[in-house]
Amino acid sequence: MATAARKAPAKTKPRSDGKSAGLSAPKPVDFTKDEELDAYRRMLLIRRFEEKAGQLYGMGFIGGFCHLYIGQEAVVTGMKMALIDGDQMITAYRDHGHMLAMELSPRGVMAELTGRRGGLSRGKGGSMHMFSKEKHFYGGHGIVGAQVSLGTGLAFANRYRGNNNVTLTYFGDGAANQGQVYESFNMASLWKLPVIYIIENNRYAMGTSVTRSSAETDFSHRGASFKIPGIQVDGMDVRAVKAAGDLATEWCRDGKGPLILEMQTYRYRGHSMSDPAKYRSKEEVQKMRSERDPIEQVKARLLDKKWADEDELKALDKEVRDIVADAAEFAQNDAEPDPSELWTDIVL
Amino acid sequence: MPIEILMPALSPTMEEGNVSKWLKNEGDKVAAGDVIAEIETDKATMEVEAVDEGTLGRILVAEGTEGVKVNTPIAVLLQDGESAADIGKDAKAAPASTQDAISDGGQRTDAAEEGSKAAPQDAGEAPKASVPAAPAMKAAADPDIPAGMEMVSTTVREALRDAMAEEMRRDGDVFVMGEEVAEYQGAYKITQGLLQEFGPRRVVDTPITEHGFAGVGVGAAMAGLRPIVEFMTFNFAMQAIDHIINSAAKTLYMSGGQMGAPIVFRGPNGAAARVAAQHSQCYAAWYSHIPGLKVVMPYTAADAKGLLKAAIRDPNPVIFLENEILYGQSFDVPKMDDFVLPIGKARIHKSGKDVTIVSFGIGMTYAVKAEAELRGMGIDAEIIDLRTIRPLDFDTIIASVKKTNRLVVVEEGFPQSSVGDHIASQVSQRAFDFLDAPVITIAGKDVPMPYAANLEKLALPNVGEVVGAVKAVTYR
Repeated sequence: MATAARKAPAKTKPRSDGKSAGLSAPKPVDFTKDEELDAYRRMLLIRRFEEKAGQLYGMGFIGGFCHLYIGQEAVVTGMKMALIDGDQMITAYRDHGHMLAMELSPRGVMAELTGRRGGLSRGKGGSMHMFSKEKHFYGGHGIVGAQVSLGTGLAFANRYRGNNNVTLTYFGDGAANQGQVYESFNMASLWKLPVIYIIENNRYAMGTSVTRSSAETDFSHRGASFKIPGIQVDGMDVRAVKAAGDLATEWCRDGKGPLILEMQTYRYRGHSMSDPAKYRSKEEVQKMRSERDPIEQVKARLLDKKWADEDELKALDKEVRDIVADAAEFAQNDAEPDPSELWTDIVL
Repeated sequence: MPIEILMPALSPTMEEGNVSKWLKNEGDKVAAGDVIAEIETDKATMEVEAVDEGTLGRILVAEGTEGVKVNTPIAVLLQDGESAADIGKDAKAAPASTQDAISDGGQRTDAAEEGSKAAPQDAGEAPKASVPAAPAMKAAADPDIPAGMEMVSTTVREALRDAMAEEMRRDGDVFVMGEEVAEYQGAYKITQGLLQEFGPRRVVDTPITEHGFAGVGVGAAMAGLRPIVEFMTFNFAMQAIDHIINSAAKTLYMSGGQMGAPIVFRGPNGAAARVAAQHSQCYAAWYSHIPGLKVVMPYTAADAKGLLKAAIRDPNPVIFLENEILYGQSFDVPKMDDFVLPIGKARIHKSGKDVTIVSFGIGMTYAVKAEAELRGMGIDAEIIDLRTIRPLDFDTIIASVKKTNRLVVVEEGFPQSSVGDHIASQVSQRAFDFLDAPVITIAGKDVPMPYAANLEKLALPNVGEVVGAVKAVTYR
């Protein structure tokens, strides 16, 4: 594991459309003990939460679509570690990890998954639609690519108000082929908006691999026509993500406009719960899990540096499992929304 | 024979313009293609080129003259061998010259006139004598305007601009974005002067990118700003309809009330004149289908102003449907510091007892003309201007139907699943026992909008249809 982790930095390389002057790919900076433990705990919470969600789906407590984030935990975790208060996040429908990273309540998220009144959207949004003004999380969007224009609009508001905040706009390799992504790139670059476009390249747009769907599979190039520089980042190494996040947030706060971070990552589960994932081999998935797992990488470093022993990590795992168990318990037993909720929140 | 140079139509909806400058003097030689004058239209100042060559014999309309009707002779061109003395020899000089292709039927012909009578040259002129002259109709006072308030004649265009400017002065979070809204001063001059007053931070020219900027607007609204997104026409908003419906209209509900999108999408909607199928469509029924949206479609300048101000203040996404043909029309607007009208409330445009005619937006022009004609036949019609399509003011409609027992609905949109269909269905469910005749809905024809002047006229509703419908429901 430790060896695998050390290979990671080589994956990060500068993007070069020639316009990236002054922007070089950041080398992952070693984490302090506190940072390692923080990252470990945050990623573990997402992992355990998603495992439980998958379980509850199988039991019929969660309906509809449910897109799990397992495997991609380092992407939201490392980026969150680079944010300051007031920075915003918006994403698509594989969003539970993003919500937990932005510290939305696990009970609220899980109860929304089960469609209960204690859910973050009072049971009216479901897996794909949760929001929190307080935590600066703007959803949760079900139309592939729509969040890219919306996130650009959030950044527009930051620039309009003249504050120092940036917007993290997440989308996948599939969404990267939507037209409005490029409409947004153009405006963001034209108006120097403080937005970081984070392309989570998990290699498959539902069942279609990037090589079958994208003429240019290096997604960090996608801003070239709009003079937006891009960087490829090892999205399985939380340190690499954090380093890229530090660089990108500083870039935006300095008024240099948007930036693209292509996070090379991998989802272990199917596109959604109903996807048998026959478009890739079991070996491919297994190889990623055993060699590149983001959580195992941190764990290996913690043990290697003797910053934690197995017992301590077990205790931490138990603590996280308890939080998730509590959320699941709440989500299964909370009441469904009152029927009167059908007619609320349509217009103000 | 001297050639008359006629006032050209330089935009699809232009009915008159100003001769701002003559660039040739009487006696000057003119070659085809020479710029001879500058004409100010409702949208811009345009150069007029000569089509024929000759000598400018006489200038008939002096520079600085305003309100010159399209097709009015503005100068006379002399050909070889002719002199000023030849002018006026013939009863009528050959009516041809500048911009023939544009001026011929360049505007929508008057809907009151029936097909065969209206030669293209008659476009935009008042109805012929065959329509009985009726006394001017008094519109019912808007209950929201205090009695005795001073009224100022204002175009719909000015009213919309004033509404935006007033709201931008009032609230620093209000800004306007769209194509050509800033430096160009608005494709239809609705945002004229806003850039000068509010600067480029708040009056934002966008690239041609409807899907993208609609999403940017909604995102900014979710962050708490109050964007006014102008679509050059609502036809282009088809590119953006996903953000209007999925992102703007549904977020409040999906977030359990935590987050909404206080945004106005506005721009010209429906058929203008001779711009064919892709640029001539009414979206009132489309957007009225969507929970989470409010849909406003004013007819008068006062309603345009009062309702746009209300729309900008509204915490919900509001679709504000304007009409290019109405932009230049003048109506009385109350001279009030802060004139805001309620969204969701219809206005009784004219009260009557024999039949209820419900319409909205430009549909009102047919209703108003039909009412005058019906009065001549002794039929006292009540006209309700919906003003808001969603939420729809059924109370006002039903109260009127209970009084008149007859209902005709008029709109320009397509007939299937139209606003009128919805009203007819609701009235038959809520006031069936009060109806003395089936509800008749008048709509545009069930065809894409044709280009040819005669076909376009046939595709739109006309006053005759409204009169016919009223006669049918009143058994005349």
